[in-house]
Amino acid sequence: MRTAFAASRRGLSALEKLRQVNIGLIVLIGVVSSIGFVTLYSAAGGSWDPWASRQMIRFCVGIVLMLAVAVVDQRFWFRIAYALYFGAFVLLVVVDVAGAIGMGAQRWLDVGGIIQIQPSELMKIALILTLARYFHGLTLQEIGNPLYLLWPTFLVMAPAALVAKQPDLGSAILLVLMGAVMFFLAGVRWWKFALVGGAGAAIVPVAWRFLREYQKQRIKTFWEPETDPLGSGYHIIQSKIALGSGGIWGKGYLQGTQSHLQFLPERQTDFIFTMFAEEWGFVGCLALIGLYTLILLYGISISLRSRSQFGRLTGMGVVAAFYIYASINMAMVMGVLPVVGEPLPLVSYGGTSMMSLLIAFGLLINVYVHRDQFIGRWGSGTEN
Amino acid sequence: MVGMKKDDAYRTRLFTRRTALLAGGQLALFGGLIARMYYLQVIESDRYKMLADDNRISLRLLPPPRGRILDRYGEQIAINQLNYRVVVIPEQTGSMPATLDAISEIVPITDFERRRIMREVARKRKFLPVIVKENLSWDEVSRVAVNAPDLPGVMIDVGSSRFYPTGERVAHVIGYVAPPSEADLTGDPLLELPDFRIGRNGVERIYDLALRGRAGSSQIEVNALGRPIRELARQEGQPGADLVLTLDLNLQTFAAERLAKEESAAAVLMDVLTGEVLVLASSPSFDPNEFNKGISGATWRELIGNDRSPLTDKAIGGQYAPGSTFKPVVAMAALENGVVTPEFRVSCPGHYELGNAKFHCWKKGGHGSVDMVDAIKGSCDVYFYEVARRVGIDRIAEMAKRFGLGHTLGVDLPGERAGLIPTRAWKMATTGVAWQTGENLVAGIGQGYVLATPLQLAVMCARIANGGYAVMPRLARDRIEGSQLGQRPAETFPAMGISQNNLAVVARGMRGVVNDPRGTAFRARIMDPSMAMAGKSGTSQVRRITEEERRNGLRKPEQIPWKERDNALFIAFAPVDNPRYACAVIVEHGIGGSAVAAPIVRDILVQAQKRERENLPPAQHYAAAPTPPRTTETR
Repeated sequence: MRTAFAASRRGLSALEKLRQVNIGLIVLIGVVSSIGFVTLYSAAGGSWDPWASRQMIRFCVGIVLMLAVAVVDQRFWFRIAYALYFGAFVLLVVVDVAGAIGMGAQRWLDVGGIIQIQPSELMKIALILTLARYFHGLTLQEIGNPLYLLWPTFLVMAPAALVAKQPDLGSAILLVLMGAVMFFLAGVRWWKFALVGGAGAAIVPVAWRFLREYQKQRIKTFWEPETDPLGSGYHIIQSKIALGSGGIWGKGYLQGTQSHLQFLPERQTDFIFTMFAEEWGFVGCLALIGLYTLILLYGISISLRSRSQFGRLTGMGVVAAFYIYASINMAMVMGVLPVVGEPLPLVSYGGTSMMSLLIAFGLLINVYVHRDQFIGRWGSGTEN
Repeated sequence: MVGMKKDDAYRTRLFTRRTALLAGGQLALFGGLIARMYYLQVIESDRYKMLADDNRISLRLLPPPRGRILDRYGEQIAINQLNYRVVVIPEQTGSMPATLDAISEIVPITDFERRRIMREVARKRKFLPVIVKENLSWDEVSRVAVNAPDLPGVMIDVGSSRFYPTGERVAHVIGYVAPPSEADLTGDPLLELPDFRIGRNGVERIYDLALRGRAGSSQIEVNALGRPIRELARQEGQPGADLVLTLDLNLQTFAAERLAKEESAAAVLMDVLTGEVLVLASSPSFDPNEFNKGISGATWRELIGNDRSPLTDKAIGGQYAPGSTFKPVVAMAALENGVVTPEFRVSCPGHYELGNAKFHCWKKGGHGSVDMVDAIKGSCDVYFYEVARRVGIDRIAEMAKRFGLGHTLGVDLPGERAGLIPTRAWKMATTGVAWQTGENLVAGIGQGYVLATPLQLAVMCARIANGGYAVMPRLARDRIEGSQLGQRPAETFPAMGISQNNLAVVARGMRGVVNDPRGTAFRARIMDPSMAMAGKSGTSQVRRITEEERRNGLRKPEQIPWKERDNALFIAFAPVDNPRYACAVIVEHGIGGSAVAAPIVRDILVQAQKRERENLPPAQHYAAAPTPPRTTETR
């Protein structure tokens, strides 16, 4: 049985590939993650416990995983894309059923009480690979045929529906938006997006009925946070106060009053950007957004340099996911979007989001390492 | 394969184009977020900074210590005492009931208190201290302190509470303090502090604002739960100003103890030149400290139900028929109006007839032929019947008012009453019945409608003694003086425009009252001639004596119910030659002015003069400074 590493036998060895990895991108990822550690240190009131230290351990584990993902032959990912998707889908159904039995929100799958798998995170990676592989195999004529789009649409919408039902609205939105980006980059016609968008708008009133009460509440208070300043609108108002009171230069590291005095909810996860913005001000925010932009541009340039459509789409899928996380999170805490619960990529505390992001970046680096690899329509290919 | 390659090339170009579009869109969105950030953090920053400060900064008031109240020599009348109390912070205790059980083994907690504590615990946030017990003794404090390590969340807290060391002796003058009622809340947050007390009566009330001081403030950073984190800034307040009274605590105590021997009495001693009140006592009294702690229902009902009315300051709020102590005023009215001369004589057979009515003299056999001085000395009613009939009520009233009767005098105390000096017009307006000639006679001996307070009688006496200056009583002094008495001369008060000769006649009569063997109060005279006093006794009927009773022989005083016995009054000034003190005493239902009230006056005057001589350096002159502002106009 050929192992994944054996697949690279004819090309570069794993060590040679490691030398190929994109150091600049890894440095950027490290810098942004370090901003996360420092902010988590502050969020805990100037303590490595409980968040910063654990986040650093996860980061270290994640970086190793990322490099491992990066050096595996690209065609291995191509080949296991569908299987991965299938597995993730089954797990999503399992947590759905388990959740139905166990009552309440169920996003986790406990394996022996030691490893916790969050199928929605797995699905995000699987969906990138699956859509990349699917569109890789389609000619432009076939993409022009709506029938060929039905299947990938289902591939996006089915897990999105399951995840939304968990309920994890943030992940569902990510899956849909990421899918849309990949459809768009694959060459799906504009008017089809308009059509689907129109249909989606028509469905909104229906979908509204399926939202949980707290999700409805979040969206309602987003429109009018001031109507309920001590209830659901509290988070948004306090977040805006924290952001705004940071001013140009910020209140200084460890000096954020809003966050340290616990006016800010979830300051280590969803609202970490607010905490950062309060302490570092507009200037700090510009720097962070600048770093995000650099990562974004890096990812785009890596994707553009790939010789295979699979590589290009995989790279842009990762870039899209990263961008969607970052922009929705920031827009959310600034009161531009409802609080749907997206983490700030690489900064927010949370093991699974950190892990899946680093694995996704592993795929992006994989695309870079294998930029010159040709992949045939059905997965065969040679390197030159 | 070529077609495939061509397709692939096109697909790549499409991908690149669309990626560029997407990247452009993404950057534009980031730009939008930056713009939003700019709006929040730069343009609107000040507003949000303010909101953040509102969130985190809580302004706490630091209550100012209340000003002390001192007597003229600096003796403490009202002070602030440290109030040690046990407080519990519920969140730090394992279990609140268990903690209370443990505390109750050290300091007793009643079931009532326990319910209050548990109610407060339920209402307040868990990190705010709840007072378990106040006013701990030092012994209890140390026992709690020793056990505190085993009682998490239990601690000793020190508050400040008002304490009156001489409580009952000065109760009516100082009044007391109490928590503000709804009506007192003016919006000043100080008033809403749980520990805050405001003056409820007496000088505590009149000078409340000055005594209160100004609150300081402390800016405390709190978190979203309201838990204090640290102090950001502190602004010290201004402690309340000390109030120096004109009272002499030593004399006050002496007088109060002297009055306490009677059922119900009041005394006023004042400086005839400066108007400074040295003694203002009313008996029975109450302990104002009870009010500070929160008076119990039983004590309150007892005070309210007592027919000796301990809560009333009888010295300023008790109105009595002045009886014969009114005669000097009648005499002055007659002399000043030229109705009679000092030599005018009346023969007293023991009664006086007007039409069909018969008016009796207190002396059954009569005084014989008396002139003005003799009439005052012997308190001859018949003489004053005749004089009053001739002068008429309106001229008597006019003179009475000049001597300070019939209107309030503006002493710095709440609850001062005006007394009553009737006139023809007053009677017509009040009762609708015309003034009768016979009523002149009744008013002439200070009976009937005439009412006066002990303070008014003291002022009247002072105005006779100081040579006719309209001295006004006052209780607040500018500052503590090492000297005995302030030297503000009587001349600072307006002269009443009264003939010195006429005043001398009345004074001579009053001197005879105590120093002439025929005087009514000869037995109460002061032996030391340099301290000798001049006075006037008064025994006023509380109810009318019917002709039938008179025929059947008057009952012995002991047979009459207490409430129906005559009031005993005495006014006097001393020393006779160079008057400095004026004193008025009433003993309610004490029966004999000269027998009961006069000895009290004598004792107070002797004590005052002794004190002046023995203990104190010669009087020093001082310039009168303004007295502290009053809080409320009492009228």
